[in-house]
Amino acid sequence: MQVFTGILLVFLLVCAVSVSLSRNFLNSILIYMSYSLVMSVIWIVLESPDLAITEAAVGAGITSVLFFVTLKKIHEIIKEEDEKTEPEDGEENDEQKTV
Amino acid sequence: MSRKRSEEEYKKTISFRLKQWADGSRDPFLDTVEMKPALPESGETPLDLHRQEEKRRMLRQVYDTEHNAEVRIFRKLYAVMGTLLCVFLVLMLLTAVSWLPTVGQEDRPVNNEVAQRYVESGLSETGAVNIVTGMILDYRAFDTLGESHVLFAATCTVLILLRVDRKKQRAQAETNDRLYEPKNDLILQTAARILVPPILIFGIYVILCGHLGPGGGFSGGAIVGAGLILYLNAFGFAKTERFFTAKTYKVSSFLALACYSLSKCYSFYTGANGIESAIPLGTPGAILSSGLIFVLNICVGIVVAGTMYTFYVMFRKGGY
Repeated sequence: MQVFTGILLVFLLVCAVSVSLSRNFLNSILIYMSYSLVMSVIWIVLESPDLAITEAAVGAGITSVLFFVTLKKIHEIIKEEDEKTEPEDGEENDEQKTV
Repeated sequence: MSRKRSEEEYKKTISFRLKQWADGSRDPFLDTVEMKPALPESGETPLDLHRQEEKRRMLRQVYDTEHNAEVRIFRKLYAVMGTLLCVFLVLMLLTAVSWLPTVGQEDRPVNNEVAQRYVESGLSETGAVNIVTGMILDYRAFDTLGESHVLFAATCTVLILLRVDRKKQRAQAETNDRLYEPKNDLILQTAARILVPPILIFGIYVILCGHLGPGGGFSGGAIVGAGLILYLNAFGFAKTERFFTAKTYKVSSFLALACYSLSKCYSFYTGANGIESAIPLGTPGAILSSGLIFVLNICVGIVVAGTMYTFYVMFRKGGY
């Protein structure tokens, strides 16, 4: 059990550091979700299931969903096709030029 | 597109040339103008480097750091003081942690008569098997009352900040929001159809059995709210608005908060005057036991579930 707790704590530390080091906001939120999940397992290990349930529901669930919505509102999450269409536009321009 | 003239004829007309000139695709005075999409600023092109160098030179001339002693000293002082502050904070926090009593020590300040009372007579006084719920909703019910009201106030603030009043603008906000996702995703809908009922039932179970096992109003309400959010994501606003609108939220949270406040008024009154409470505690372990805690759990659950769902709707659409 001690080893298991140790592994969880190390994972927690890695998550906490990589959230702040990650360049991509989306990745940060995903790492934050996994942080909350590990934290809720740690709460169970520490014999407080009440907190574990709340942490899993609020930390890993609702807070991250709200973060996702906020990222979409500030246009940080972009559809993949948008990036693909940019060169296509350029090609169209080229075609017009040749015509 | 239907034109009276053919394509060839149309290209010879003046209006077509004017249109080309207005578009910028062809300059009548020069050869065909090249239209290229603007390059994203990478910060590594020679032009950018030149701009950075220019900005640096401008700053150097404005502040004149080589001759202006004041600015030079201020900058050095700023760096030194910042480092000192950080070191001081780190040392202070580390010292404070080193003074904390070790875990499990017998004479910790936490092991006082309050904790002893909770452990020894919590079951007989509150009737709740889960001692955490007994503490939250009976001994410290005033805290939880404040928490519920804080949640309600937070929802009001989000309402003020994110609310969209006009129905047209709200519809536009919804279409903007739906821009990057499919409206009726089959995978999501199938998954939601399987997942949402167990999530909602588990949430209700956690709320109702808060006094018997781990859980309670807050966690159960959060689970129910998450289930509602999943349902909303899968099936859209039209389906959720059949059973949950702004009015539902207002009425349910008002009733829940009022019920909470009134029942707590009653128990504060009886407790302060030393009157025996008329509400029976029941047999510990039964679902209808532990007096007011069962009711309070349901109230908190309703408030929290509504709040979570309302937050999400406000972020997505700015109103129901």
